[in-house]
This record gives sequence, structure tokens and C-alpha cells, in this order.
Amino acid sequence: MSETKIGAYICKGCGLGERLDCDQLATIAEREGKANVVKQHDFLCNADGVKMIQDDIDNDGVNHVVICACSRRAKTEAFNFENVAISRANLREGVIWVRPDAEDMRETTQEMAADYVRMGCFEAKFMTLPASEQEKGHNNRLLVVGGGDAGMTAALEAAKAGYPVTLVEKTGQLGGSLGKMWKDVPSHAPYADPVEPDVKELAAQIEAHDKITVHLNATITKTSGSPGQFSADITTESGGTTTENFGAIVQASGAKSYDMSKLPELGAGKSPDVVDQMGLEQLAMEANGGAIKRPSDGKEISNIVFVQCAGQRSTKEGHLPYCSGHCCLTSIKQAMYFKDQNPSIETNLIYTDLRTPGAGGEDFYRSGQEKGIIFTKGIVSEVSSSGGGLQVKYKDLILDEDVNQAADLVVLATGMVPNSGVDIEAAPTEAEGDGGNGASQEVTVESILNLTYRQGKDLPHLKYGFNDSHFICFPYETRRSGIYTCGPVRRPMDSQQAREDATGAALKAIQAIENAKLGRAAHPRSGDLSYPSFRKEGCTQCKRCTVECPFGAIDEDEERYPVFNESRCRRCGTCMGACPVRVISFENYSVDTVGQQLKNVDMPDEFDEKPRILVLACENDAYPALDMAAMQGNHYSQWARVIPVRCLGSVNTIWVTDALNAGYDGVVLMGCQKGDDYQCHFVKGSEIAHERMSKIDDTLETLNLEKERVETYEVAITDIERAPRLINDMAAAIEKMGMSPFKF
Amino acid sequence: MSEVIATNQTILVVGGGISGVTAALESAECGKQVILVEKNPSLGGRVSQLYKYFPKLCFPSCGMEINLRRIKANRNLQVITMAEVSGVSGEAGNYSVSLKKRPRYVNDNCTACGECGKVVEAEFDDEYNYGMKKRKGAYLPFNMSYPQRYVLDPRIIGTPDADKAKEACKYDAIDLESQEEEIQLNVGAIIWATGWRPYDAAKIQPYGYDRMENVISSVEFERMLDPFGPTGGKILRPSDGKEAKDVAFIQCAGSRDRNHLRHCSRICCMATLKQTTYLREQFQDDFKASVYYIDIRAIDRLDDFYQKVQEDPNVTFVKSKVANITEDKATGNPVLHGVDTEGYHRYSNPHDLCVLAVGMEPSVPKDAFPVEVKINESGFIESNGSGGIFAAGCSSDALDVNRAVQSATASALRAIQVVNRVAGTEG
Repeated sequence: MSETKIGAYICKGCGLGERLDCDQLATIAEREGKANVVKQHDFLCNADGVKMIQDDIDNDGVNHVVICACSRRAKTEAFNFENVAISRANLREGVIWVRPDAEDMRETTQEMAADYVRMGCFEAKFMTLPASEQEKGHNNRLLVVGGGDAGMTAALEAAKAGYPVTLVEKTGQLGGSLGKMWKDVPSHAPYADPVEPDVKELAAQIEAHDKITVHLNATITKTSGSPGQFSADITTESGGTTTENFGAIVQASGAKSYDMSKLPELGAGKSPDVVDQMGLEQLAMEANGGAIKRPSDGKEISNIVFVQCAGQRSTKEGHLPYCSGHCCLTSIKQAMYFKDQNPSIETNLIYTDLRTPGAGGEDFYRSGQEKGIIFTKGIVSEVSSSGGGLQVKYKDLILDEDVNQAADLVVLATGMVPNSGVDIEAAPTEAEGDGGNGASQEVTVESILNLTYRQGKDLPHLKYGFNDSHFICFPYETRRSGIYTCGPVRRPMDSQQAREDATGAALKAIQAIENAKLGRAAHPRSGDLSYPSFRKEGCTQCKRCTVECPFGAIDEDEERYPVFNESRCRRCGTCMGACPVRVISFENYSVDTVGQQLKNVDMPDEFDEKPRILVLACENDAYPALDMAAMQGNHYSQWARVIPVRCLGSVNTIWVTDALNAGYDGVVLMGCQKGDDYQCHFVKGSEIAHERMSKIDDTLETLNLEKERVETYEVAITDIERAPRLINDMAAAIEKMGMSPFKF
Repeated sequence: MSEVIATNQTILVVGGGISGVTAALESAECGKQVILVEKNPSLGGRVSQLYKYFPKLCFPSCGMEINLRRIKANRNLQVITMAEVSGVSGEAGNYSVSLKKRPRYVNDNCTACGECGKVVEAEFDDEYNYGMKKRKGAYLPFNMSYPQRYVLDPRIIGTPDADKAKEACKYDAIDLESQEEEIQLNVGAIIWATGWRPYDAAKIQPYGYDRMENVISSVEFERMLDPFGPTGGKILRPSDGKEAKDVAFIQCAGSRDRNHLRHCSRICCMATLKQTTYLREQFQDDFKASVYYIDIRAIDRLDDFYQKVQEDPNVTFVKSKVANITEDKATGNPVLHGVDTEGYHRYSNPHDLCVLAVGMEPSVPKDAFPVEVKINESGFIESNGSGGIFAAGCSSDALDVNRAVQSATASALRAIQVVNRVAGTEG
């Protein structure tokens, strides 16, 4: 590799030239920053300025570029030079815009700028260009697990884009839950009548497609590897196992019906004439277009009650707390089975909130009303058998009265329970079962993917067993790179949504394949070509990195050394922050790229009365908040030196210790919201950082420093006023506590 | 402007809200060439005007920051703002598209230093704040605008303000001679992500949105929470600037109603539940929220959020379609009249402020699509005639952000299928 040649470029535009002594900055870049080339420009981001830099790269061998101008968030495209390491010294949003333009402030403003120039030079010096020399996987094939509506759709849509697919289905036929339904809710206008489910058509298309291979009666007994190079064992019921390689995985393992035997008060299990929605579908299938008969005695049905939210949207023990999303539409559809055949059959649908969203939903509801389905806002308390029929006891919430209604058949709209495999984050259950009232016994859940990952066999659950993403903007965000869930295993949904979802998941899987080929990171650091490198000699096998990686990217070898699966890595740096012996780094982000920045600021001595505050700010939220504060003219302390970090989880405590030893008077860490509603896009980074920093007190005590010198905050991108205030609070606290004694 | 390079393996995305941005990024990150066209001066769309998202109560700007970083880093993606599609012809794998690009009067040289904004005096209604605030004639639409470049309002062109702006700019970034441009593109597939607009509340005459100052829409209420918004982040009622501590929310304002929008707009229930938490955040226990509803549609795991809000003793739910609103002249209070259908009780309830949870209607009116698509009765795109045009997000149905992004991701694959087919035949 060629020698490092640093070029530092100082912009004099946007008032930098007037507010700062740029000649002095240039001298600092040269003498202290050891830049080989230093140039000033009146307007660095215009075509001429950019060309000046590009010429130095092309002709002069500059391969590490320090842009001393605006924030890294501004003019990013202009300064996006290829094949060089780039650092940005933020003199505009980080210095002149956050400091008053006053004569008596010039000195400290200049010192701030000078430090950012030093920091930029040292960051650049310790960065290397991502070599992207890790082993890349080039497998193009998708594995789709689950042959229901979602799985079939994912397989077909991926195949249509030209990617080969292997589809693995546990049962003997494709179709899943939808395959067991008589009719489906319409997904196109007119939204008036139940429609033929197109499962058979989908299955036929799959069988006919030359890019799709189907394994029926088969499950996945082992999955290992990483995007571009997964390996999976496909085991058939008869016991044969084949091992195949894949580029990415779509898990469409679906959901099963809630066990209605948990609802004896609603007659479940007590009378064959109380069925759940799938039970009614079965009756309709058996009737095959003829009149649906009552299961107990084959009598014609003249009166039917649908009980919505049966055992769901309820906090009662054993019930499902969530809404399953599809049941209102499904019950309307099922009531139509009767009404379309014989309008004189009475159908009463008892609900609390009727949920039929969107254009199609509302039209379908209206069509149900027009067909004479009765909709009653009420709460059913009991379903019992009496005199050869059923009695439904409910409270009518509109008429405010208790009602007893006779019915031939009762359909319980129970919810769906995801087939998401093992909950790898559940605390290991104690042997002692509570065995409470009818609560199901602990059953061993079968894993869906049987991952060989150190962190567990299946994907982490988000809530209630669903594998959803926790991010509103990024529903396909996954905690296992290259593996995407879709359909009701991800979140409760109807078939229309499941197909849309499956198409999206197939896209993400294809993207993972394409990223793996190039060694590129997936979202949220899309395109990052760096990867974690690890110095085995220094490792103490403490396992912190393997435990803390939010993406399960790190396994362990037989000797318990970490094994980095590079294409599973999302480049957050949590492992780097975790490592007590600092043997993990990225080419463009390491203990040194940050450590050298903070060590190379100019540290005034104790008697100068010029404190220094190190601010480590999450690059996605806190750092933009500080930038926008600058745009709004919100000022903050001249003592602050801000370094953006990929995630607070990447902060190694050595940086804090080094800073304190170097004489910093305060350290402020700014990460994202943690806890149940975490906003950290690396899931646990902020949480872990808070945990680590709670232990920094010991360090402070050893150094005989006040614990108020280190503060860790949760900061949102909207904290445009608060973020500067937190820095100022630290400045005020230092004024009270006095300067750090560790200045040299 | 810089040259726009497109071929019949390029994907055109129309609309730069969260759906369009997602569709564009997801395609580009699969290695496809993408052109993203936005009508406004900045990407971001409706979500950039929201304070928080339900159910996490996190901030839309956080996701936008990530998406902008992805855009800045991706060389496969070109963004064209202030442009609209004026015509499309051709077929899947080979479309000719004409764009009309309005002048911004500010070129790439702009550093967003803000000097032009300081010197221009003329002020106009701020679109970003639904006209609840004024902005300068030279402006950055909002803090996170992308591209991060100023815009000159065409109404100052030819006035002394325009010259002042030009003089103030040290970077030769202002070009007062810019004209509307017509751009011709050849693309393989088109993703239509033109989104939604809030239903015009004034059309719901009995609610008096156009007559009473203290009847506002849900999107306007959202703007009040922005610290840089019209009220500096405070919930104040428009008539007298008094803190609005007793707030009525009317659900299905315009939705689920044959006289207005026949569909359910899906998001409004959750949006209102979310907005009740704003009241608690601002006034702690000293507030009252009354939600007038038909059904609370907190679908799937969002029901958690409904359950949590139900536990708030200061929030009450009234099952009723409000008949009409009158104004108490003495206090300025809107008075809601109707019948609580749970038990049939008549009510006439005064509140400090009434928020209409207005529905979503497709941004592009049914007869204004420059493309051949099949539209349903509610105005959403059902399918396309020519096989290469795909709806994403709220142009396809009333969707929340999560589902809109899901739909946009799916549309990216559909578009990729088309351009991969072209690539397959062309090699």
C-alpha cells in the first residue's frame, strides 16, 4: 500500500475567512497535523475548489483528505472523493456558527477551530481506506422458508427479478392458511364480494417456474454462514437431508390460530357448534358451495353470531393483548358466505371497534351492511349450550342493555400466534412451573431456522413473539443481516398485506445478496466497505463482543476466540466499544481514529482557566441536533470539542479514561433513547453505553475526580435547544468544580 | 443544471416523501440507476411536517437523517427537485417521460450560509407550516431540507428583493434569469409515489373550520409542537393565544363518509391517540382530551398504544359522530353537539380547541394523472395498464408510515423486475 499523504484543505467561505485566522490554521495543519499538502481556498465546495483537491489526489498522490470547512452533513456530495480517506473538520457548524462574533471571543473561537484542524488531521492519519478484502459470498439463491401466501409470493417475485429460489414448506402442500380458506377478502375493486383465493394459481406458477425449487414436508435443521454465503440443511420428513448454499433468506413461517380451548366461557370445546374462523372455513370447504350445516347435527343454520376479539385485545391471563388485524374483514367475509346464499339467515357480528381500514376495507364493510349483516357494538360474556342450540349473552353497548340471543352457530374471531421459533432473548425459564389455571404447560418450541449463531437459533422477537422491526421508517430492519421475515410472523396482518410484505422482503433479500457481492454494509450504514478487523494475539476471550453485537455477527471458535462474520456486520462498532483490550477496529473507524483526535487537542494548563469538554455524539441524532442548533444560531461553550461517533455503543471507555488523563475537565456522551421504545438504530448501542458508563465512576474515583465530570445523556435529533444546553451545563459544572488537576 | 442521465434500465421515482425516498434508495442500493423527482424544493414530504410518529413517539427527522445520508452516499441516485411529470408515453421497459422543472433561482454553489434570507424583506405564507407562519422570500424550507440549498420565491423575482438577495450572495449562487426547463427522460420503469394531502376541512360545513378560529385540522395541530413552528412548540389556540388545555378531537372528519371521502384513512385514530400524549407531555395532569369516534382503529400491535391511552384518566372517548359545531361568542370556545350513541345521550360540550382528524386524500386528483393507471373510487391507484408503472405508499391506499415504506419497498422490486428484464434482453 502506498504511503500516507495527507492533504488539508481550508475553506475561507461562509465567513470562515473573516472570523478565523486561516493562515494560522494552515500552519497548524502543516506543523502539528503533519499534513503534506495544505491549501486554502475562498470557496472550497465550488467546482474550482473541488477540482483543486481532485488534482492533488490524481497528480500529487494525496490519499488522505482533511476538509476544514463545514459539517460532514453539508456539501457531502461535493467532497465525496473516491478511493481516499476523508475526514471533516467542522469549522462552520462546529465553530463560527455556535460562537458569537465578538472581538473578545476571537481568541477562543480560533482555538476551537485550531483544535478541529488538529483533530481532522489526526483522524485522517489513522484512517485507512477500506480494503474490502474479506471473503465475499457470491451466492445468488434465495431460501424462502414457508410455503403459504407470503412465502409463495416472496419466491415468485424474487424469481421474476431473475434470482433462483428454493422454497421449503413444512407440510405436504403449498398454500398455508389461505389454502384452507373457502374464499378470500377482495384485494381489488370492487370490494363487494368474497373472491376465489388465488393460492392454487400461485402454487401452479411456482411449480411451473424454472427458477424455483420446492421442498415439501421439509424443515430447516441447520443454518450457518452469512449473507452471500449461507448454508442450510433441508431435512425432509422421511429423514433425508440435503445441504444447499444461499445468498439470503426470507422467513415466511406464518402464524397459527390461537388455541380457542382457552376460551371455555365462550363455549369453545363445549359445543361443536362453537368454531373459530378457520373452523368456519373448514365447514364452508366441506359444504363446497352448498348450505353450511351445523356440525353437531347437520341442521341448516338460520342464525349465526360472530364474536369479534375473542381472546384478543385483552390483558387477561392467557389472552392475546394485540389485535390480529384481519379478523373484522374475515368475519364480514364469512357472514357473506351465509348472506350470499340465503339472505334470510341472520348474521350478527358483535364487536367493540370495527376495523376495516383503507379504501377496500370500508367498501367491503359497506357491502356487508348492504347484504344485511347486523353489526352490534357489544361485549360477549358467555356462550352456552341450551336445548340443542346456543345462547349468546352479551352487553349491547349502544342500547346499554344485556341481551341473550339464541344462535345455531357461533364463530369466535380468535387471533393469530406467530410461528417465530425460539425466543432467544427470553430469560431461561426456571424449572418450577406455576401451573396456574389452565395455563398451557411449557412446551418446547421448535426452531424455524436452527441458526448456528452464538446468540441463538432464531431471529430475536420484538414483541408478543413477532419478528417485527422496531423502526417506523424501516420496517425491514433486521437484527440478523441477510435474513428477512414477512407475513404474519412479522406482525399480525391479512393476506393482502402479507403479499405486499413478502414482495418487500424479497427485495431486501436481493439487496443483501447484491451488497454481499461487493462487501458493502446494509442499512443503516449502507455502502460502508469497512469491516471489523481483530488482532487475535491480544484477545482475552472475554466474550463481550460476541455477547453484545446487536446483530449476532460474531461467533466463537473452539478455543472461544471471536469469529467475525463480516457480511453479517453492520459496522456499528459496538464490539469495538466492548473490547477491554482494544483489539477490534475498523479501517475507517478505530480506537485510534477517535483516541488520537482527543489526545491531540491543545490542552491549556490549569492556570489558563480554559477548560476542555470532550463531547462524543451519536452521528445520527445528537450530532445533527448540534448542527441544526448552529444553523439556528444557538450557541454553546467554546470549551467543547465534539467528535461524532457511529453509535454510543462504539465508545470504548478508554477514550473517556484517556480524556480524563489528558486533562479534559468534562466528558459528555450523547446517544439515542434506550429502553423499550429504543431509538438507537443499532438497537442496543445506547443502552450498552449507558451501562458501561455507569461503571466509569470507579475510574473517576481512582483518579480522584468528581463523578459529575462525566455525563451520559439520551439526546434526540430534535433536541436542537437541549443539546447545546447540556454542553453549557457541563461548562457551568466545571466552573463550580474547578479545573481538572490532570493538565500537564 | 447537471445533465440527467437515464436509459431504459433506469427507474424513475415520482415523489420525494418517505415512500418515494424509500423506493428510490431500496432500488439504488440494489445497484440500479434511479432518478427521484420531487415537486417541492426539498425532499421529505408529509412526514417531515410531523412532530412524532406513533406508536413509538420517536421523531421522523431521525429516519430522515439516515435516509439523507444514504442518498448523499449513493452514486446511483439522482435527485431532481421542483419538478413534475408532465407526460409519459411508451411501455414497460421503454417509457418517454417529460418533466417540467420550475426555477429555484439558486444553483449548486449555494452553501446555505443564509445571507440572502437575511436581506430579503418580503414574507409569504409558509407552506411547511400550512400557512400558520410566515417565511422570507428567500428561504430554506426547513432545518433538514435536502438539497440544503435556499430557494427564491418566484413572487420576489423582478422586485428589489431579488436584487438584494443576489447582491448578498458571495458565491454567485443566485441566478435571477433561470427559466422553467423541460427535461426528457427515457426510463424503464416508473414508481408513482405522489402521496396524500389532508382533506379540505372547510368542505365539512357543519364543523365550521372556515368560520371558527378554534377549529383546526390535525396536521395543523402537529405543527404547533415544533419548537421552530408557528407557536414555538406550544399548544395555543389561534383566537387568543391561550393555552388549549381542553381539546376535542373529531375522528373521521371527512373520512368514512360518502359525502366526502368514502374510505377510512387508517392513520387518523392513531394520530389522535398520539396527539393526546402531546397534551400530557405539555400540561402534565392539567388537561382534558375528548375523542369523538365511530370505531377506534388501532390495528394489530398498535392496539397497545390505544390501551395505554385508555388508561389515561384525562382522556375520554365518546362514541359519536359529531353533528355540528357552534361557537360560544363570549369565550371563543367551539361547542360540539351530537348524541353519544352509547346509551343515547345528547350533548353540547364546549372545549378550548377542536381538532379535526382530517382524512387522507390522494395528492393527484383522479383526472389529473399524466399516466395511464387504474384508479379506484377513492382515487388510489389499483394497477397499471402498461406493465411498468407501480404505485408506492399513499398513492396506492391510505397507509401509515410503516406500511407505506413496506409498499415502497415492494414497488422497488416490481420496478427492478422490469429493468432486469430489459437488461436480460439487452445484455
